[in-house]
Amino acid sequence: MKKAFLKTLTIASALVATGLTGSLAQDKGLENPRATAFHEELKDKTVVFVPLSMGFDLTEGWAAQMRKQADRLGYKFEIRDPAWSTDAGTKAIQSLITEKPDLMVIHNPDIQSYARLLKQAQAAGIKIVQINLESNTTTDSYVGADWTEIGQKAAEAVVEKCDAGKGVSTKVAIDTGVPTAASDVFQLDGIYKVLDAHPDIQVVSQQATEYNPEKARSIMSTVLQQHPDLCGAIGIWDNQDTGTASAIKEAGKSDQVFLVTSGGGNRVGCENVEKGLFNLYISYNVPLQGDLLNQEIARLLMSDGAAGEVKTMYFNPLTLITKNNVNQRNCWTLDELK
Amino acid sequence: MNTQHAGREEVAPPIYARLLRSQEGIVFALAALAFIAFSLILPSFLTTGNLLVLVRSVSILGILALGMALVVIARGIDVSMIAIMVVAVSWAFVITRAGYSFELSLLIGAGFAILAGALIGMLIAFGDVPPIFATLAAGSVIYGTGRTFFFTLEMQNVPPETDWFSLIGQGKLFGLPVTIVAFAILCVVFHLALTYTRFGWTTYAMGNNPNAARVTGLPFRPMVVAHYAISAFIAYLAGLILASSAAAINARLFNSTMIYDILLVVVLGGIGLNGGHGSVRNVILGTVFVGILLNGMTIMNIDYTIQNLVKGVVLLMAIIADSIVNPRDEQTSQQGDL
Repeated sequence: MKKAFLKTLTIASALVATGLTGSLAQDKGLENPRATAFHEELKDKTVVFVPLSMGFDLTEGWAAQMRKQADRLGYKFEIRDPAWSTDAGTKAIQSLITEKPDLMVIHNPDIQSYARLLKQAQAAGIKIVQINLESNTTTDSYVGADWTEIGQKAAEAVVEKCDAGKGVSTKVAIDTGVPTAASDVFQLDGIYKVLDAHPDIQVVSQQATEYNPEKARSIMSTVLQQHPDLCGAIGIWDNQDTGTASAIKEAGKSDQVFLVTSGGGNRVGCENVEKGLFNLYISYNVPLQGDLLNQEIARLLMSDGAAGEVKTMYFNPLTLITKNNVNQRNCWTLDELK
Repeated sequence: MNTQHAGREEVAPPIYARLLRSQEGIVFALAALAFIAFSLILPSFLTTGNLLVLVRSVSILGILALGMALVVIARGIDVSMIAIMVVAVSWAFVITRAGYSFELSLLIGAGFAILAGALIGMLIAFGDVPPIFATLAAGSVIYGTGRTFFFTLEMQNVPPETDWFSLIGQGKLFGLPVTIVAFAILCVVFHLALTYTRFGWTTYAMGNNPNAARVTGLPFRPMVVAHYAISAFIAYLAGLILASSAAAINARLFNSTMIYDILLVVVLGGIGLNGGHGSVRNVILGTVFVGILLNGMTIMNIDYTIQNLVKGVVLLMAIIADSIVNPRDEQTSQQGDL
């Protein structure tokens, strides 16, 4: 009896002791060796971003997020800004191939220009992530919008409002940017895939605005003179379509012409939705793209695989912004990302 | 200008023959022809609404061309106008958002434009730098300075709570869009200044024979400075109207073909690049002709590339006509000539 009691006591005190030491250890926590490695591994790596140009909402937004992660994980982040010149961009990539950074983030001006350079860069061992505008060369990763899908979504929305018997007429106008850009080519393909299935819709005008809001304005006012019963308009980029929208507003046809445009989801674009200037704003969500981009950068920098060994791509989801869901979650400002 | 020489020895040549002997006459005939053709082919070309849209869409171009014409008449050229326009206007918007009052910001923008123009003028007047190089280089410097120090984003929306400002570009005066009224007023001012003031006569003298103008003791250098300061200020005004009508200004206009469009208007209207002749009438003619072409091509929904081709061919023809009608000789082809 006594022996049994002693035994219980010993076991109990042993348990208490282990419990105590256990709780002592828990108070100081456990080191996660993987996290330590994660934070250490990326030091002295270099990532270079070659945008179309700095200075507009998309590239500034991505750059702000990439810089934030670079600061957090301690790797070097640089920008080579070709300022809209494909030629300068080509030279920048050429010199980067000899400089050999660990990873390049490339924003393509069109599907052809950088295609061969990207192959060369991967052959030289530089990993490549393409952002939002693709090239014909698939690389380690592509993150961004599916422009064809944007075109389809825009056309579907316009068909919904303007197909035979639905609107004032079946007339639709399209404002493109510059006809050679990847965003234009794929988006137009998407638009016509849908419109061809609805033969009643007539495209009465398809004009290039060179991304200039004033040119977009004057084209739209000319079109409205010719076709006062215009039912819908598809613009290719929110930055230029402020002009398209102001022409429609000036003609007093905001209630008649259904304007669809797309962009990065910048607060400025959202303000235009609130004012009723854009009826549908298809956002490819720059903050989300920035997060995806950062995840891809970290993954590729840590992977032991060679450049170009595994090729992946991810078309990020689109947010359809209308007056009903203009909110903090869907719209961003640059200062919030910094 | 040149019609005076024609027909002096012949006995009353028919009016069409005299017309085709000057470049101005040729362009006038072409414009009339295009106008009649479009009126016949395009059903709603010849409507008050469309004609207002037509004139309005080129009014800003016309205003810029007035500034350019002044410089060209004095045998100079100013290709920095677009840079000054986008930087001064964008900066005014940025400092408004930073907390200055909108009116004060606009004055600061105007001050910046005039100062930049005067500095360029000094470079040309006192540094004897050929105008094309001085303004080309200055344009890049101004744009670069603006993008580096004054604003990060290329696209600047008109600051909020400035309702009166939108009236400039979108309001109406006596049933006419304010933009057209502004162009008309500036035309009158320039016409009076060039025809009836010492300032105007000196300008023509400088363009006709710069050396003689210098030797006879005209205030040559201060005049050059004044010309570039005025063209810079005109560029700023045009920028404000542009921003007001599209509710935004895009600094990327600096990279567009807009400066060549201005030259197109000036040269097409019949103001020779070798200076000394031309008047406001030529600017109006050039502006209206370009307007007719652009409007007609937009209505016909002609492809972007073909539109550029047409513009290029027309400019080339005008330059050839210019060199036939105003042949270069010992006196005119001197330093400062293009």
